[in-house]
Amino acid sequence: MTERRRPRLAVWKFASCDGCQLSLLDCEDEFLALADAIQIANFPEASSAVEDGPYDLSLVEGSITTAHDAERIRKVRQQSRHLITIGACATAGGIQALRNFADVNDFIAAVYASPQYIKALATSTPISAHVTVDFELHGCPINKEQLIEVISAFLAGRKPAIAAHSVCVECKRCGTVCVMVQGTPCLGPVTHAGCGAICPSYRRGCYGCYGPMETPNTAALAREWRMLGAAPRDIRRAFRTFNAAAEPFLKESQAHGN
Amino acid sequence: MATKTIRVDYLARVEGEGALDLHVNDGRVTTAQLNIFEPPRFFEAFLRGRGYAETPDIVARICGICPIAYQMSAVHAIESAFGVKVDGQLRALRRLIYCGEWIESHALHVVMLHAPDFLGFPDAIQMARDHGDAVRNGLALKKAGNEVMRVLGGREIHPVNVKVGGFHRVPSSAELVPLGENLKRAHDLATDLVRWVATFPFPEFEQNYEFVALRHPDEYPFNEGRLVSNRDIDIDIADYETEFEERHVAHSTALHSVVKRRGAYLVGPLARYALNFDRLPASVQTLARETGLGPECNNPFQSIIVRALEIVYACQEALRLIAAYEPPDVASMRVTPRVGTGFGCTEAPRGICWHRYDFDAEGTIREARIVPPTSQNQPSIEADLKAVATSILDQSDDIIRARCEQSIRNYDPCISCSAHFLRLSVHRT
Repeated sequence: MTERRRPRLAVWKFASCDGCQLSLLDCEDEFLALADAIQIANFPEASSAVEDGPYDLSLVEGSITTAHDAERIRKVRQQSRHLITIGACATAGGIQALRNFADVNDFIAAVYASPQYIKALATSTPISAHVTVDFELHGCPINKEQLIEVISAFLAGRKPAIAAHSVCVECKRCGTVCVMVQGTPCLGPVTHAGCGAICPSYRRGCYGCYGPMETPNTAALAREWRMLGAAPRDIRRAFRTFNAAAEPFLKESQAHGN
Repeated sequence: MATKTIRVDYLARVEGEGALDLHVNDGRVTTAQLNIFEPPRFFEAFLRGRGYAETPDIVARICGICPIAYQMSAVHAIESAFGVKVDGQLRALRRLIYCGEWIESHALHVVMLHAPDFLGFPDAIQMARDHGDAVRNGLALKKAGNEVMRVLGGREIHPVNVKVGGFHRVPSSAELVPLGENLKRAHDLATDLVRWVATFPFPEFEQNYEFVALRHPDEYPFNEGRLVSNRDIDIDIADYETEFEERHVAHSTALHSVVKRRGAYLVGPLARYALNFDRLPASVQTLARETGLGPECNNPFQSIIVRALEIVYACQEALRLIAAYEPPDVASMRVTPRVGTGFGCTEAPRGICWHRYDFDAEGTIREARIVPPTSQNQPSIEADLKAVATSILDQSDDIIRARCEQSIRNYDPCISCSAHFLRLSVHRT
């Protein structure tokens, strides 16, 4: 009896916290079914059985921060029919892109007792700065339901049903009362949907971990923040976290000093 | 005589990027190195200049598997710097969310990552073909822990609800009811898990470890206690740096921690268990004895049993906290920043996670230092590797390699965490 040909999946890690690939293992109810529908050919965090490429679908977590990884991502691309980035590190450079605002040599010298042992690039860059990416799934961390949707869509050859609107739409949909109108600064109006508007439902402002939505008006939001009493430093910090190097957030943070 | 090198280029079923190097010369293991090549992310460097209030959200990103550990050590450190005491039900809720993380993290490791080693499978998916119920129950257990994280924290990975001074929002009693139902079932599953893993074949192997863990006057430790060891350490967490130091070695982007006066030590389940056995409920002690464990376990391969016992404990503790829960009047204590230094040390699933922050008057971080569990365990991991390899040198390279990988997994190493913590020493003239 020959086994049916199942699509081959690979999961790759670059500079990251492992949280986005953990989302796959967090699909507790779906994991075994998923492992049946697709062949998990390369997922070192979950299996020591690693098979060579090519792969039908590669999920890439993490950003590029070393010369070695810049080379490795090219090899990953060559072996992958589709390549999807999962999470803020792979999609925007992650929190480690805060080094982009500093002089990395000072940084390394300040941090390491023996800087000569350390090899790090001056910047942390998203995967799309190095190779062609077929789809970027936002989030720090990604939403596991969205991950399942993206995997299913690619394997079915259709476009993933992932909305690019703001977190505000999600709040409205959940019936969560706007925290901004209650005086709490929130990044929801400029942040990509996908989390389900968790922070406002916990009575705090969104902190932008899904990165910028399509065509965000960050300047208008920053003005609102000022009216709520936020200082330029607060605004700069808010835009400079897990998606600090994403263009709209980068520009807005720079508009509020260094 | 022959010189040979046994190498594993990319360790599987661990969190993060590491490799293993073993050098054998004249029938003797000369070097055993856990080579960590995870690229550093420089958390301690970019935390400088950040505000105290955003710190719990930032440090969570050190680790997707144990974000609560980083958030808890950070909020305790910040509160100690600003003279804030979080007590009563807010303290209980912190303990409850930590129970969730232990259950989730331990279940992942025990069932999905470590058990396949003992039963000869490359992963839990293959293992499920012969042990389907065990894998499904392990996933259910993991899910029960994640549910606690989701309800209290907003989501399982990088929860959003932990705040300096308490929480952004506290749950109603009704929100905790379904958690209680899940946890009762999880408790039974965890008890079965202890009995199952206790039947695994364990290599006869013991080490004379210096165990280091928190010890609290009357609780099995999560957030508070003194730092103690089974030798002579018994210190306030603020004195950590007088007893311990981190060293930068060439083969690792994570620092190696040692007891200054002696060397390697061990943190994590084996250490907590040995130093706090008397703080476990009688039923958990009885279950431990039923599996043949005494009040101290020096066989690192049996750490899988101790982890499973800690899941049972965490389920019981969570059920106790839920039963006693009454929503507090305020979700968080008032916090006023001031110049100062604060220390936090909590028990991550993998062992103590120690933080120190220095603040200016506005609550901006001037300096941060974070010591994760895995960097503390590295010297012990390497000592185990050398001893394990030495004991089976007459076997084939494949067998040695597999046993060494298993030895590393005994520690549930979180390499992503450990590589991000490098001592920050700024010299200004």
